[in-house]
Amino acid sequence: MDEKRAVARPHRVEVAIAGGGLTGLALAAALGRAGTCLALVEQAPLASLVEPEYDGRVTAVARGSQRFLASLGAWPAIAPEAEPILEIVVREAGSPVGVHYDHREVGNEPLGWIVPNRTLRLALQTTIADLTDLDLFTPARIVAAETGTGGLRLELADGRAIETALLAVCEGRLSPTRELLGIGDRRFDYRQLAIVCTLRHERPHRGRAVERFFPDGPFAILPMRGRRSSIVWALEAEKAAAVRALDDRAFAAEVEERFGDLLGGIEIEGPRFYFPLVLVESERITAPRVALVGDAARGIHPIAGQGWNLALRDVAALAEVVEERLRLGLDPGDASALDRYAAWRSFDGLALVSICHGIERLFSNDVGPLKLLRNLGLGLVERLPPAKRFFMRHAMGLVGELPRSMRSARSA
Amino acid sequence: MTDGTVDRAELDKFRAMAARWWDPHGPLRPLHLMNPTRIDWLLGQCRAHLTWAGGRRPLAGLEVLDVGCGGGLLAEPLTRLGATVTGIDPEPANLEVAREHARVAGLAIGYEAARVEDIAARGCRFDLVTALEVVEHVPDPAAFVRAAAATVRPGGLFVLSTLSRTLASWVAAIVAAEYLLGWVPRGTHDWGRFLKPSELAAHLRAAGLRPVGLTGLAYEPAYERFTTCRDPGVNYMIAAVRDAVGGSA
Repeated sequence: MDEKRAVARPHRVEVAIAGGGLTGLALAAALGRAGTCLALVEQAPLASLVEPEYDGRVTAVARGSQRFLASLGAWPAIAPEAEPILEIVVREAGSPVGVHYDHREVGNEPLGWIVPNRTLRLALQTTIADLTDLDLFTPARIVAAETGTGGLRLELADGRAIETALLAVCEGRLSPTRELLGIGDRRFDYRQLAIVCTLRHERPHRGRAVERFFPDGPFAILPMRGRRSSIVWALEAEKAAAVRALDDRAFAAEVEERFGDLLGGIEIEGPRFYFPLVLVESERITAPRVALVGDAARGIHPIAGQGWNLALRDVAALAEVVEERLRLGLDPGDASALDRYAAWRSFDGLALVSICHGIERLFSNDVGPLKLLRNLGLGLVERLPPAKRFFMRHAMGLVGELPRSMRSARSA
Repeated sequence: MTDGTVDRAELDKFRAMAARWWDPHGPLRPLHLMNPTRIDWLLGQCRAHLTWAGGRRPLAGLEVLDVGCGGGLLAEPLTRLGATVTGIDPEPANLEVAREHARVAGLAIGYEAARVEDIAARGCRFDLVTALEVVEHVPDPAAFVRAAAATVRPGGLFVLSTLSRTLASWVAAIVAAEYLLGWVPRGTHDWGRFLKPSELAAHLRAAGLRPVGLTGLAYEPAYERFTTCRDPGVNYMIAAVRDAVGGSA
C-alpha cells in the first residue's frame, strides 16, 4: 500500500461537485444554502472563469430558472444585466409563415431574460463565497474514483483525497470525470460551428428575440441591455471557416444580409467566439454514488436556448432530493436517492434532446416536402392558442413536476 | 415455534433475505420506498410530542429503542439525526448485516439480539420506541404491544407501522406485492394476522398508552414512492404517548 495515501486524511463531505461552471456553482449555492457539507473541484482557478475574454455567450434564463436563481439570493446581482424577453419570433428564412410568441398571452411577466454568462458566473461565485461548509479545490483535477459501501473516494492530481456520499458531475458535455467513471455516451456532430458575438445597433430591439432558420443553420438574435443584442449563428463548418476569416466590418455586413436592417446600422462589440456544436447524451444519468447534472447528462443543441434551463432543473431536483434525504437522516448518495433523481429527470432530458434535435434537423435542409411540413407546423402552432401556450410554458420552464424552488409562490 | 413475542417461523423468512437488507432493488424494496415517508411522519410526531432540538440533529438527547430493527433501515437515519439508538432483533443474521453496515457508515448504534420483553424486564426505558412493519409478524400482538409499551418512558412516544386487514390490503400486500409485482417473496405476509387501526389502538390503550396520531401510506406507482394519506386501509402508522403521571406530557 502506498504509505503517503494511507497517512493522508481524506476530506469528508456529504456532496462533492466536479465542475465550477454555471451548473456546478448553482448546485453548490443550492445545496450550501441548505447547510450541506460540500467540496467543489474545478480545474481552472475560479477568477479565470470570469475574465471578459473567457466566455462572451449569453444565456436565455426562463421564468422557472429565474425563480430558482432568486431563491438562491443570486437574482439581485443578475437583474441589472438581464434584459427581459417580451416577444419571440420564429420564422423560416424566405417564408411568410412563422410563430410569434408574445408574453402578454401567458400573463404579465416576461418570457425569460437574456443574461451574459459572465454576469451569471460572477453572481453565483459571490453567492458561494458566503458558504461556510464549502471547501474549494481549485485548480484541481480528479484522477481516480473508488466506490466503497459507505461512499466514494476521490483522488486529486495533487495527492489530496475527498470522501463523499455523493459526487455530482457538472463538467459540461465533454466531462472528463464522466469518462474517468467509465460512463459511455452517444454523440452526434452537427458539423456546425456556433458563432457568438455582441452587436450594438441603432434602433431599440424592444425586447424581441428573433430566430430565423436557414438551410445551412439557424441564426438567433437575442436582446441585451441597452441597444445591444447577442447573435448566435450556427453555420456549417466550412462556411463558418470562411466567415471566421472576415474582419469585423465584413462580418457585420454578412450579419446584416442575413438579418435585414430591422435594428438599423450595426457594429460588432468585443471579440467573436466560436463553438463546435455536438450533441452528447450520456448513457445514463446516474452511477453508484454519482449523479450527472446538466450538460454532463446531455448537452443539447442551443437552438431553443434551453440548455442551462434544463441544467437548472437538474440542479433544483438534485438539491431537493439531497436536502430531503439529509433532513430525514438518510444517505444522500445511495441507490434510493439516485433512483429518485434519475426517475425525476430522465423524461425531461429525453424530451428536450429529441425536441431540440428534431427542430434542428427539420429546419437544416432544403427538402421541399419538409419545408411544407415546417410551415404547416409553425402555422398550426400559431393558430392553436392552447398548443401555443403549452409550448410557451414549456420553454419558460413551467411544465412537468417542478422542484419546489421553481414553482410560483401561489402553487408552491 | 413461538418464543415469547417472537414467531420463529416468521424469522426464517427474514433470515433468507438478510444479506439484501440494504439493496433497494432487492426483496425489501417496499421498505426502501416507504422509508422516507415513514421517517417524515415519525419526525412530525417527535416534533409534536417530544423534545425537538432542531437543526441537522433534531433528535439530539433522545434515547430510542427500535424493535425489530432488521438491517438498521430506521436505526441509522435516527442516529444521524442525533438520537442514541438501541436496535433489537431476535434474528442474529439481521444484526450481523446491521452492525457491518453501521460500521462502514461510521455510526455508533447499540445492536442486540433480544426480544422486547427482555429489554422491558431489565427496566430500560426510552423516549421513543419504534416498531415499523413488525406487529404483523408477531404471534400475539396484544402481548407484543404490552411488552413494547412497558419500555416507553412517561412522556415518551411509541410509533408503529403495519398493514390493515381489509380487502384493499389483501389485494395490495398479497396479490400485488407477492404475486403480481414479485416485490417480496411469496408468503412474506399472513393477511389473517394484520390488525385494523382500531384493534391496534385498543391494544395500545390496554397497555396504558394514549393514541395521538394515525396516517395511511399510499403507493404512487408513477413516482415509485409512498405518500401519507387519510385512508389507513392498506399501510398505516400509529403513534401513542405514555402520559406523564399527573397530567399530559
